[in-house]
Amino acid sequence: MNGLPDFLAATVRTATPLALAALGETVGESAGVINVGLEGIIIAGAFAGLVGSITVGVYAGFLASALAGAAVAALFALFAVVLRRDQIITGTAVTLFGLGLTGTLYRRAFGATGAALRANTQHATGLPGLDRIPVIGPALFQQPAITYLAYIMVPVLWWAMYRTRCGLALRAVGENPQAARAAGIDPRRVQLGAVMFGGIMGGIAGGTLVLAQVGTFAEGMSAGRGFIAIAVVALGRWHPVGAAVGALLFGAASALQFLFQAMGWHAPYQLFLGLPYLLTLIALAAFGGRHAAPTALGK
Amino acid sequence: MAVLPRSTEVLLKPAVAIVAVGLLVMATGYPPGPALSALWRGSFGSPYVIVSTTLVRATPLILTGLAVAIAFRASVWNIGAEGQLLAGATAAAALGTLAGRSLSWASLPVALILGATAGALWAGIAAWLRRRFGVLEVISTIMLNFIAVDLVAWLVRGPLQEPTHIYPQTSMLPTSYDLPKLLGSRLHAGFLLALIAALVAGWVLRQTAPGFRLRATGANPFAAASAGLIDVDRTAARAFLVSGALAGLAGAIEVTGVTHALYEDISPGYGYTAIAVALLAGLEPYAVIASGILFGALEAGAAAMQRDAGVPSVVVSVVEATLILIFLIPRLSPGSNPKNA
Repeated sequence: MNGLPDFLAATVRTATPLALAALGETVGESAGVINVGLEGIIIAGAFAGLVGSITVGVYAGFLASALAGAAVAALFALFAVVLRRDQIITGTAVTLFGLGLTGTLYRRAFGATGAALRANTQHATGLPGLDRIPVIGPALFQQPAITYLAYIMVPVLWWAMYRTRCGLALRAVGENPQAARAAGIDPRRVQLGAVMFGGIMGGIAGGTLVLAQVGTFAEGMSAGRGFIAIAVVALGRWHPVGAAVGALLFGAASALQFLFQAMGWHAPYQLFLGLPYLLTLIALAAFGGRHAAPTALGK
Repeated sequence: MAVLPRSTEVLLKPAVAIVAVGLLVMATGYPPGPALSALWRGSFGSPYVIVSTTLVRATPLILTGLAVAIAFRASVWNIGAEGQLLAGATAAAALGTLAGRSLSWASLPVALILGATAGALWAGIAAWLRRRFGVLEVISTIMLNFIAVDLVAWLVRGPLQEPTHIYPQTSMLPTSYDLPKLLGSRLHAGFLLALIAALVAGWVLRQTAPGFRLRATGANPFAAASAGLIDVDRTAARAFLVSGALAGLAGAIEVTGVTHALYEDISPGYGYTAIAVALLAGLEPYAVIASGILFGALEAGAAAMQRDAGVPSVVVSVVEATLILIFLIPRLSPGSNPKNA
């Protein structure tokens, strides 16, 4: 067994849904809204992806994921943006809601045992030329199409956030909503749009789990990815490029076990599982402090 | 915000909970009649069920609910009660495994104190990261939850595993670590400790200077610092530690009162349900007793509902979420900032 290619492939695989969700959350948080409901959005996207894929096909599955993510984000936005209730409390409720509802619906529709349903999945497509680069080529460019969407979103979001009026408005709202309002921007509308975008991306991230990776749904399969994505946003210092790098770093930390196994090192499996969270904490202390966050975040 | 939930609201909450369960069960296509009757039988159906199931379940929920309430009142977003509970449970179980009978009568008190200390230390990591590096505690406490789960999974397969090395758990603790049982039922004295903790916390919060500093810090940190000359950072950090200690105590009580050993799934998410418990109580310690019992009943009833009516017990999460959102509508919570509206 060859450690390095396995390590790189596992890194990109873990990073893809995290990057998609974190890119969306970066936009939301740049407008000052932290959405702890992301976990509920991802699981809703995963469940809808399964339903869409079984009934129609893979792309319908992704569309359903995006719509489900948007629907759950709308619930969050109603309370956190429109009614201006506390973001953390609302987000917690939305996560509970998403996990509980998908679990209930899944058992209702597919039985308590959750007999393994195979969804249609997206196969890996090589990017001609690029996938022949030694070592990193197959890991980065022999992937399901959804991974390439994550790649494309990074420069697109960077451009949108830092080179357009729209992006300026977004960041202005996140830094100082009163000043933004004085400049003729409607903070609520901007936040609403940002949260909905985050919901669509989070939904697609959930869809990715089912439609490009696992091939089926399991209760609670989001497994904390929504929370990790929020940590990745802070790791990436609220910048889209940073979010992508953060997702890759977390993916690499999760994939370390492949590298260690290949080198013949053995450590208890459970400690490997905990390692990425520990490294995330350390990295947050080093790079992800509050001073880098949008000033009005969470208010 | 309201200091005490009005009496109408106290009556309203269980009613809303029951209606929410019924509607949800119907919406997901299960017959609501058998489901609701199973819910009732499994929660308040008989004195035995109330004492041995509902109140046993309510005990960790009251303590972790208090933990969350105290932190949230200081605008410390401690989502880490789950990890702190696991830290407390681990400390108590480790003491029992390593010290065995050598502590004789002191076994139980030392186990409980150690559990609370471990919870405070686990929360202390997040408190330190917040003060020293400005790491948002929402993120760090969740990461610490994951780390705690993986650590427990490793400990019960490694250093703390029972001697035959077959089961992923510690050996059963000596009986000197058992909390006494009450009324000849499965209910243990931990329930009384939870009640005392709630009463003390309520009194401290309302009647004492530290309680005032905590409330002032939570309500408006800038005003508290400038007008009240309160060290806001220190107050928040202390609230964080107390919060962790309460959750850690919940874990130690669970080990000494219910499970008598440590294993992976020792908490079915008490630390997360705790957030709903605290919010439903309006972050008021006295009211946490009632809302802890309500959620204890709801979870006990949901287990019966799954067993007897085939309705998945995860439906309770949806009910909890719905309740939080419903009770979020009329009132502003601390930490929200109306000036941005």
